[in-house]
Amino acid sequence: MKTEDGVIEKESVVVRFSGDSGDGMQLTGTQFTDTTAFLGKDISTFPEFPAEIRAPAGTIAGVSGFQVHFGSKEIYTAGDEYDVLVAMNAAALKSDIGNLKKGGIIITNTAGFDSKNLRLAEYPEGVNPLEDDSLSEYEVYKVNITSLTKEALKETGLSNKELERSKNMFVLGMLYWIFDQSPDYTINFINEKFSKSPELAKANILAIKSGINFGETTEIFNTRFKINASPQPPGTYRSITGNNAIAIALISASEISGLPLFLGSYPITPASDILHELSKYKHSGVRTFQAEDEIAAICSAIGASYGGSLSVTTTSGPGMSLKTEALGLATILELPLVVINIQRGGPSTGLPTKTEQSDLLQAMYGRHGECPLPILAPCSPSDCFETVYEACKLTVEHMTPVIVLSDGYIANGSEPWKFPTAKDLPKIKSEFTDKPNSNDGTFLPYKRDENFVRPRVKPGTKGLEHRIGGLEKANETGDISYEPHNHELMVNLRQAKVDKIADSIPEIKIDTGSEDSDLLVLGWGSTYGSIKTAVLELINEGYNISHIHLRHMNPFPKNLGMLLMKFKNILIPEINNGQLIKIIRDKYLVPAIGLNKIQGLPFTTSEIKNKILEILNKK
Amino acid sequence: MNETTNLPVLEKLTYKDFAPDQDVKWCPGCGDYSILKQVQGIFPELGKRKEEFVFISGIGCSSRFPYYMDTYGMHSIHGRATAIAAGLKASRPDLDIWIVTGDGDAMSIGGNHLIHTLRKNFNLNILMFNNEIYGLTKGQYSPTSHVGLVTKSTPFGSIDEPFNPAELALGAKSTFFARSLDRDPKHMKEILLEAHDHKGTSFVEIYQNCPVFNDGTFFIYSEKGTKKEESLYLEEGKPLIFGENNSKGIKFDGFKPVVVDLTDGKNSVNDLWIHDKRDRIKATILASFANGNNGTHLPRPFGIFYSIDKPTYEETMLHQIEEVTNKKGKPKLDDILSGDKTWVIA
Ligand SMILES: Cc1ncc(C[n+]2csc(CCOP(=O)(O)OP(=O)(O)O)c2C)c(N)n1
Ligand code: SF4
Ligand SMILES: [Mg+2]
Repeated sequence: MKTEDGVIEKESVVVRFSGDSGDGMQLTGTQFTDTTAFLGKDISTFPEFPAEIRAPAGTIAGVSGFQVHFGSKEIYTAGDEYDVLVAMNAAALKSDIGNLKKGGIIITNTAGFDSKNLRLAEYPEGVNPLEDDSLSEYEVYKVNITSLTKEALKETGLSNKELERSKNMFVLGMLYWIFDQSPDYTINFINEKFSKSPELAKANILAIKSGINFGETTEIFNTRFKINASPQPPGTYRSITGNNAIAIALISASEISGLPLFLGSYPITPASDILHELSKYKHSGVRTFQAEDEIAAICSAIGASYGGSLSVTTTSGPGMSLKTEALGLATILELPLVVINIQRGGPSTGLPTKTEQSDLLQAMYGRHGECPLPILAPCSPSDCFETVYEACKLTVEHMTPVIVLSDGYIANGSEPWKFPTAKDLPKIKSEFTDKPNSNDGTFLPYKRDENFVRPRVKPGTKGLEHRIGGLEKANETGDISYEPHNHELMVNLRQAKVDKIADSIPEIKIDTGSEDSDLLVLGWGSTYGSIKTAVLELINEGYNISHIHLRHMNPFPKNLGMLLMKFKNILIPEINNGQLIKIIRDKYLVPAIGLNKIQGLPFTTSEIKNKILEILNKK
Repeated sequence: MNETTNLPVLEKLTYKDFAPDQDVKWCPGCGDYSILKQVQGIFPELGKRKEEFVFISGIGCSSRFPYYMDTYGMHSIHGRATAIAAGLKASRPDLDIWIVTGDGDAMSIGGNHLIHTLRKNFNLNILMFNNEIYGLTKGQYSPTSHVGLVTKSTPFGSIDEPFNPAELALGAKSTFFARSLDRDPKHMKEILLEAHDHKGTSFVEIYQNCPVFNDGTFFIYSEKGTKKEESLYLEEGKPLIFGENNSKGIKFDGFKPVVVDLTDGKNSVNDLWIHDKRDRIKATILASFANGNNGTHLPRPFGIFYSIDKPTYEETMLHQIEEVTNKKGKPKLDDILSGDKTWVIA
């Protein structure tokens, strides 16, 4: 719908900011996102970084992108295709034009299309896409953003380099004008960020305002959009990324349980931000320990857990592999420990900045010996909070390490979050024993309660001195035992303890659709948004299909098997080569069909829709 | 409550309080027995409650140690005791933590954790039982085995250059290094007490005989006939003297340590090197004695090579937490949950 002043009202829009790593596209994207969320629109983002910190400037390898999907309806994914592409240089255009909608808008910085940039982007000699008709299907705006910014800021006394750097704020200003959004949120942000250098704050704000004025006065943009606020449930919201949600969940669980928080970690993409974020919270008493490697990271966490802390270790695939032996130790010791794996493309260094769900089988089976562990997987940035909080509760209440499988997509992506208050958070029962637990007055460290959970003791507790270790233990006493039947008993008890957790987790509910439908899409983790959107769209188109999404990967919710039996078609989309599907087939003997994508990228909605239709049409 | 009148009285403990009712399962004649006895012996003298002690070990014959001490303890995984102890100490500075490890456990698989623990300087005591062999896995050479040692995995002799633990420790910025010997209980006791007194990571190398797989390696330092000539006992502020009837000493020729005869009238005690455990350069030279310096044969030093005061990791960590908390105040959970940018949807 076009209004009088040329403003088009739209339900949702996808914008892709794309530029060289040095162009500040991540900051631009984040600011645009936060402002948009702040104005009450629902939102989902997808930041994409190059693997190299300093990939050669101007090349395709150096392109950094930030995609944001926002709207007045509920938004679950960052969008398959974009309506607007901001391309700061030739490489950005070349790398990202593929997913621009036909007829979509391109805003280019012409300064990024000089002969050097064209050559670096590997356009053939003499070809400039801005000057031939290769972009005739799109609405192209050619703006010399670099020189306009410099001109606007020439009185500020900033160096040429600083001027150059402010061009992303000019871009932001133009977009605020196009989408009719107030820049106030970003202006506040800049004032805070540069509180120590007011001249930089002033210059950046001037750049934004110049961008807005440029849009307003030159009238070069034929199209402006208006997106109304989305009808989200009433409440107070903030914007959150998956990794920050994890950090906040850990602090919350520490405070609610009364256990001091200890994080042992070794930097690795895309998990490092959790270490960074928690390290800021020294004044909450958080102890972060950057260890010499992932083995020391998990071992230090085991040490702290033994001492009575809420202990956590965070990592990604390669680090997870290093932690496996120690994870076996924590399992046989039966100590609480939260292990968070922000999955990325593997094996080995693989695709360090790209997303993948390929560590599920490792989490399930990737240790020596019979070594079952509970596994949880969050499905969105804000769900990282609930999932990790629950992992903390389970680890402490059931005296077992718990693995959380997040991934690069939700770790860096953000969305609005109707955050809880402290008093809404579930209680965490954390108890330490200080008395002998047997009739003859001795202490039995491996005597279990009705959930097969052993008592927790803090070293320093008088009269309960005892030894624990990695050797098999005699039931109850914990003394070393090589007795054959005892080993079998202990293996079974440790398994039973994990299985019993199924009693403490909610039954699974159908997320979308009904129990009586032609096809069920079963998903886990970060594919939630794409699956949900695909299923909703097909339901709107008249199909009878449903969606179930798992957070509890081990043990599964008790009713999962019964629910699965009700569907004649089960589709399991995964960003891997088929992992959940193996477990589901093994456990429930259902003939599920897989949809697998292993490109380091999330599913698009249409990929899932097409697969669903293919199955439905075949029958 | 008036704190001074209600100080709990420490129970008087004896070595028996630290001996659990577990059979000790090392081979007969193993040097580990003597070390266990000395440790149990000094514990009542440390002025702590029994429940405050924790033993952490890795894997190896030596690492069975925690099972034989009736304190809190964890027998963990191969090489990782130092890393586990680091986390425990960082979270529980109140505990009195001892690590027991072997030459393979500490210097091979656990080498990385060892050097980092030393440099971070937690207040911990590391006892490394050095038998120059892998005992538990039945006799392969270790990172401290000397070149040429014939073992199961080196039937034609080891070709590896061994680590010198003292040099490694000093290179890793250890704040305390000492060496003792299973067959010298009195000396070991003194060293253990000093190691415990040292605030920071105390690294004690204990030569330990493995009668089964590497018998007698250290006998020249403990047996009559060779002990006096081959071992040098370090005493703080005293000259470096050794030999039958204290007839020899070590003096400096430039930076080169040389053995001098104190009976030939050419040198007196006043010419000798005076031991100063705070002197890093001297400690480094002492450490090198085990390398056979430029072909000169030097006695093997025992005692405290090096000991300096430096803030511990956990102190500094707590100090930082306190400082930041004083500056910023402890945030409310609700403020952390909301962050600083929120909006309301009505
Ligand atoms: C990960 C791992 N690798 C190998 C082993 C086998 N292993 C156990 S103890 C040991 C060597 C022990 O030597 P040392 O530390 O010198 O102890 P000692 O038995 O001599 O006291 C080895 C290789 C193991 N338990 N775990
Ligand atoms: S193998 Fe050697 S070190 Fe191990 S217990 Fe026997 S004698 Fe001691
Ligand atoms: Mg050994």
